[in-house]
Amino acid sequence: MLNYIWLGMMVISLIAGIFTGRIDEVTDAAINMSKTAVEISIGLIGIMALWLGIMKIAEKSGLISIIAKVVKPITVRLFPDVPPDHPAMGSIVLNMSANILGLGNAATPLGLKAMEQLQELNEQKDTATNSMVMFLAINTSSVQLIIPAAVVALMGATASQIFLTTILATLCSTIAAVIAVKFFEKMKRFSVENAS
Amino acid sequence: MIESIIESMNNGARYIIPLLIVGIPLYAMAIKQVKVYEVFVEGAKDGFTIAIRIIPYLVAILVALGMFRASGALDILLNFLSPALNFVGFPPENLPLALMRPLSGSGSLGLLTDLINEHGSDSLYAKIGATMFGSSETTFYVLAVYFGSVGVVRSRHAIPAGLIGDLVGAIAAVFFCKLLLT
Repeated sequence: MLNYIWLGMMVISLIAGIFTGRIDEVTDAAINMSKTAVEISIGLIGIMALWLGIMKIAEKSGLISIIAKVVKPITVRLFPDVPPDHPAMGSIVLNMSANILGLGNAATPLGLKAMEQLQELNEQKDTATNSMVMFLAINTSSVQLIIPAAVVALMGATASQIFLTTILATLCSTIAAVIAVKFFEKMKRFSVENAS
Repeated sequence: MIESIIESMNNGARYIIPLLIVGIPLYAMAIKQVKVYEVFVEGAKDGFTIAIRIIPYLVAILVALGMFRASGALDILLNFLSPALNFVGFPPENLPLALMRPLSGSGSLGLLTDLINEHGSDSLYAKIGATMFGSSETTFYVLAVYFGSVGVVRSRHAIPAGLIGDLVGAIAAVFFCKLLLT
């Protein structure tokens, strides 16, 4: 799937760029975005190190397994392939909590830690497991209780009006994504054997 | 009433990070006798490798997205979709943001800024836009970073499922804003 989307986007960009006369912009975008990608990754190092360090302390002190136990009834349903007491469950829950509280900076390191732990359970290392896709879908549909700081800055006092609508919309998108994952994972064309 | 609750929530959120950074080591050291400094450094080492590991995946995805945005392909797509969406009650003003949201965080923030500058933060368009922005994530970026960090290249149903979530979220944003804010 990624092969087609990736190539498709670039081919469409090339054709559209020629057609709209924006071929120079396309060139610039390609070069600048490759730099941006590295800057984003390098910029993550410090924050990753900070949260992974704190996480390790939380893990060693048993905090993570306590949290994982509390939310077990929900997580075992969402992630049936992950053993309920596996450390991945703790990271998944912490990542979701960070997202709900709007702590984007903390959510990414915790999410990547969870991915690493889910990968330990994966038999085919280049292919996503059902749990990985579920975890990703929950992350991309963004369960969030705190309105992003950027929106508050832009909207001013009006930002409080969109509090309820944002929660309702994000609930709908998360539920839809979870149902879609559960539905698709049983389909043959998305099976691990046919994976693309 | 709602204003004060939201204000105190956003205010409270400011304390969470420092409380976690201090509280977790404090609990570990005081109650469980964990050697906090040593353990922190041991965990922090992974930060470097993970951040470096995602570079090739992020370059691939961001370059393709950047080209797509710069080429004007998105505008062509908008011209095709606008009439149909207008017909079902989806405001065409909010369509660019709905399409941009899964593709680019900075791009969609730019579009939201345009919406607010053009129509005012009190307009329904701005409120729908802000709701869309707050209720969804940059799907392709998250996919590249999360899957890239462990070297997963076969994403299976992740993209279709993520995009269905985005679509439902965008429709829900329009629906609830029209229902509750007009």
